[in-house]
Amino acid sequence: MSVRRAFEEELAELKAQLVEMCRITEGMIASAITALINRDRALGKSIGEMDKRVDEYELSIEKRCMRILLKQQPVAKDFRYVSTALKMITDIERFGDQASDIGELVYSMPEDNHIKKLNHIYMMGNLAVKMVRDSVNSFITGDKGLADNVIKSDDVMDALFVKVRDELVFLTVQNSANGERAIALMMIAKYLERIGDHAVNVAEWTKYNETGIHEKF
Amino acid sequence: MRKREIIKAQSPFGQSISVKNASLWYKDFQAIKNISMEIPEKHITAFIGPSGCGKSTLLKCFNRMNDLVEGCVVKGEFKIGDTDIYGKIDINELRKNVGMVFQKPNPFPMSIYDNIAYGPRTFGIHKRVALDEIVEGSLKQAAMWEELKDRLNKSALGLSGGQQQRLCIARALAVKPEIILMDEPTSALDPISTGKIEELCDNLKKTTTIVIVTHNMQQATRISDKTGFFLLGELIEYGDTEQIFTSPKDERTEKYITGRFG
Repeated sequence: MSVRRAFEEELAELKAQLVEMCRITEGMIASAITALINRDRALGKSIGEMDKRVDEYELSIEKRCMRILLKQQPVAKDFRYVSTALKMITDIERFGDQASDIGELVYSMPEDNHIKKLNHIYMMGNLAVKMVRDSVNSFITGDKGLADNVIKSDDVMDALFVKVRDELVFLTVQNSANGERAIALMMIAKYLERIGDHAVNVAEWTKYNETGIHEKF
Repeated sequence: MRKREIIKAQSPFGQSISVKNASLWYKDFQAIKNISMEIPEKHITAFIGPSGCGKSTLLKCFNRMNDLVEGCVVKGEFKIGDTDIYGKIDINELRKNVGMVFQKPNPFPMSIYDNIAYGPRTFGIHKRVALDEIVEGSLKQAAMWEELKDRLNKSALGLSGGQQQRLCIARALAVKPEIILMDEPTSALDPISTGKIEELCDNLKKTTTIVIVTHNMQQATRISDKTGFFLLGELIEYGDTEQIFTSPKDERTEKYITGRFG
């Protein structure tokens, strides 16, 4: 196999690994939300197991990127692609960590009814899954418009977080016995909001990959 | 005023290079096609491109080395500072101010000392004290003084390839050029010698303009401030090196530097 072809195959493999790593984290976030809504402690507990695979992918992709940088010394779009992948995997790995953290919280929560309806947290969960999927897809397909949509979605995520926070504060003020559960839900909402932030990071790197300019939004 | 300072003070040239609508023919073959570019002073500018793209030809225009090629016709404007170098100028003066280092080290078959003193002698400096000062200064500037100071009378041909090439740079420095042109100066050298020459270039740019032709993309990335990409006699893209190697604007530059050409 020619050196050039081997390089192209390395890049294709890198892309396939990123897609798979992202697919796992999407599934983890969706499972975490399902576990929360259904108060499924076993499902919550199982998410941590999936995170081990995400960590393995992170190490494998990192190693591949290092190998490409060492052996191919890429420039121009190849350089942007590999350096973007190297930066992105940190954020994708954080998607997995935060889904695991939500799973842990669900596992440790009492099995009786929640102190509030979970409409807004449910919306945050769905939005987080969409932002994660779209951010990585925008990189894979080179779609700057999709990356822009992810960045814009973060305002929606932040607004939902404020709503959830206000509701939880209100419930705690009303009845201090709600405090412990309110804190758990607050932490879940915060993890989801952070997933949104990491998806924005991925979208920003996608834009760098396409334009060569890295801007923070 | 000391002789060495006289050499410098007499220079009618500047350190920036300006090329406007330049074309060059070798008989029927057009090697350079309507190139315009501004090369800033005290920077390292790299010329890259496939063999036969015109980069070395353009480099040689800057000290009129192409005058020696039969059938060579040059059109357009070439200025160093404000001086039109294809106008009425003293060619020897031009070549003193625009030094050149070639791909293959070409020390003269004489002692290390005489190699360095050769240029100053041709410009009328014969006093031993002045020449000693120039030899020491040039070798120090080329970071070779410590390794050569005890063997100045030995033949330059006995030096290693890397040392010979650095000696050639020291020799060019002996007449205090404003600009140094380098045509693939490290392509025949090992990585350690290459590193020393790159280090030397980086130090020299504090006082001297350097234009370097290189086939080594990593070298261009490492040491140059500006990069020009040439193809079939045309200047395709010219800009800051970091921009050229991270986000080239022209697809042909992208294809060449990423190895996807052809």
